[in-house]
Amino acid sequence: MIPFMKFKRLYFILSLIVIIPGLISLFMNGLNLGIDFTGGAELILGLQETATAPAVPTPIAPDPAAPTQPPAPIATQSAAQATQSAEITYSFDTVKTSLQNIPEALSVMDGTSQSGPLLTIRMQPISPERKTEIMTSIKQVQPAAKELRFETVGPTLGKELIVKTIVAILLSAGSITLYVAYRFKELKYGICAVLAMLHDSLVLLGSFSLLGKFLGVEIDTLFVTAILTILSFSVHDTIVVYDRIRELKHKKVARTYAETVDIAVNETLSRSIKNSLTIIFMLLALLILGGDTIRWFVFALLIGTITGTYSSTFTAAPLLVQWDDWAEMIAVLKARRGKNGKRR
Amino acid sequence: MHKRAQKILIYVLILSLISAYIALPSTLPIQFSLKTPWKEFSVDTVLKRGPLDLKKVFIPFQRSLEYSMGLDIQGGTRITMRADMSSIAPEMRDKALESSREIISRRVDMYGIGESVVRTSKVGDEYRVIAELPGITDSQQAVTLIGSTAQLDFREEVATPSAEATMSALAWMQNYKPTGLTGKDLKDANVQFSQQTSEPVVSLSFTDEGKKKFAEITTRNVGKQVAIFLDGYPLSAPTVNEPILTGDAVISGGFRTEEAQQLSIQLSAGALPVSISVVEQETIGASLGQEAVNKTFRAGFIGLIIVMVFMILMYGWSGFLADLALIVYALVTIALYKLVPVTLTLPGVAGLLLSIGMAVDSNILIFERMKEEIKAGKPFETAMELGFGRAWDSIKDANVATLFTCFILFNPFDFSFLNRSGMVRGFALTLALGIGISLFTGIVVTRSLLRVFLKEKKKDSWLSRIQSRGRRKKTAEEEA
Repeated sequence: MIPFMKFKRLYFILSLIVIIPGLISLFMNGLNLGIDFTGGAELILGLQETATAPAVPTPIAPDPAAPTQPPAPIATQSAAQATQSAEITYSFDTVKTSLQNIPEALSVMDGTSQSGPLLTIRMQPISPERKTEIMTSIKQVQPAAKELRFETVGPTLGKELIVKTIVAILLSAGSITLYVAYRFKELKYGICAVLAMLHDSLVLLGSFSLLGKFLGVEIDTLFVTAILTILSFSVHDTIVVYDRIRELKHKKVARTYAETVDIAVNETLSRSIKNSLTIIFMLLALLILGGDTIRWFVFALLIGTITGTYSSTFTAAPLLVQWDDWAEMIAVLKARRGKNGKRR
Repeated sequence: MHKRAQKILIYVLILSLISAYIALPSTLPIQFSLKTPWKEFSVDTVLKRGPLDLKKVFIPFQRSLEYSMGLDIQGGTRITMRADMSSIAPEMRDKALESSREIISRRVDMYGIGESVVRTSKVGDEYRVIAELPGITDSQQAVTLIGSTAQLDFREEVATPSAEATMSALAWMQNYKPTGLTGKDLKDANVQFSQQTSEPVVSLSFTDEGKKKFAEITTRNVGKQVAIFLDGYPLSAPTVNEPILTGDAVISGGFRTEEAQQLSIQLSAGALPVSISVVEQETIGASLGQEAVNKTFRAGFIGLIIVMVFMILMYGWSGFLADLALIVYALVTIALYKLVPVTLTLPGVAGLLLSIGMAVDSNILIFERMKEEIKAGKPFETAMELGFGRAWDSIKDANVATLFTCFILFNPFDFSFLNRSGMVRGFALTLALGIGISLFTGIVVTRSLLRVFLKEKKKDSWLSRIQSRGRRKKTAEEEA
């Protein structure tokens, strides 16, 4: 048996090392909120070069006027493939130039999908009529542009979502605390389970704050879903450990509480790791092979699963022991004070 | 006891076969050839499955047994519109909102958009109508169709207008006054093609009252113009040659066919009582979603195989039995998705795959528990039953917490302070269904499989090794 609880300070320190940078980033940079929250418009254009290939203004040609020339058909398929990368910059630049006339446009990003290069244009919230106008002006310079996705969110809706998110998280955390406290007949378990849950959400929020700062990852509705799912995961694992602690305490197999927790952790650790591994395998497959739309969603779940597994053994269980230590200390202090009082 | 387990397994087998039948695609080409020294067999058929219709056995239950795809997968448009209630008395607003919803959904139905959803929501002082239109990727078209109020009215000349070509809209409005004949008097509107110009026109047929009014107006205005206004803008102003008593009227305004069709739909569905503006809109092309779904499913399949291999590596023969239960799980889940039907969104698919990763959780809990009991020197059968019994407590508690979260995410009572987006709901529903089904397959199915197929005789690597170790320990303890 490994005496895990001996090193409980080490686990707390380790958690802090992970949480503090994220926390600092959260205070300094906050979260990079997507248009779901802030309001705004996003237009994704597909530029399918195979179907209606825009002419490449031969990148070797020094003529700076070339990009404005009307596109001419490309003769052979291989030629189109050879110049594909040039085409992307071509369309990117022309669309970008044409967007200078559109006051609502905020930014343009390029990317790729199976069907060809993509352009993502961010704008202030716009009406559908305005979008049609913008599309027309883009098509003038880039006839191959095809609207793949358009989303516009009014600013009030964004604010509503923030409120909804907070309500959902509070409700979720609250009901889980109550359930755990009810099942284990002691508030201690409920509170420690929630602290472990808080630990996991801080890790997740912190890492996404850092990701937002350095990779421009945005927080959307799906991220909220991921957080809520992670909360329940975290508790799922914690409950299994607590269940075992309760059972062992009942059986009176150990002398001290810390020892009981140690035995429980030893007995449940292999299960906890194996179970998380199956989930992690699934999430890794989704992360590597799945679509782009849910990539960061899956990544959030992955971080959450890993920290959830860690926290159930190395945060939730040591917290119980710590709680017990402190409770004992307080009891001793009280007793001493009581004695002192009598002496006087 | 094993008899009972065998019986359960037969039911499970039947259930899996039915589920497999539903879960497989409706057309399944089978092609293979088998070379034997005697004869060469080759099979090349296509298995077909029709839709489910229980009307034949007098149950009103019909399912197409196809996946119901969300907007993010099959492409489509979701529009959130705000209704401008400033001109409506506060006590009438709920009613106005509801009738707007009815009219919009009638327009959408007439346009032939399948499986569209139109709902209302009230957030604070804002009244909203939300329309989800699968398959509509031309967002402008959708907005024009459902958003315009389409208030039609007929107006008669006040003074003889000056040169028609130069007339501004303002002049039009000053020169005509309302007659009291409006869209409310319409019975129906259809697209026709004009016999003279062969351009599309919208023909109107009036209610009896409308016919009477129209006859009066045309009688009064012979030789003058009667203008047709839509939402306050003039559409056309034909000159009345003779009184029209039959109630036939035609609007010609140089329409394109689609425009004429849209107008006829708007007119026959009725006018919106309030004006409406778009506050949120999302249009997704079908190609993007389909690409992502294919990728996600492929990833899920690979993930499933990794999980199965992992279980066999960890638990040998029992792991294999758990894998069988996992396959039953996958089949039942997919079949249920088609039967309910659960609308598949991308996060929903992710939820499904995640639940596969979680489905083996109860098996792992049980197997680990069995290991411990055997280690403690309990005989095999007892250890198995104890393992199931004791693990159940943890399994139950652990899953209840996840179900709480699913409940909040799904928001079944449609509370306005909680999320109502289809994407999130899809995820919650698939996760919750996954938990329910995995409890069944992870416990009932696996237990029966173990009872029937895992006997002590079967030399199962890890179990028997641990068992002999456990026995030795026990005898050592007894001796001591």
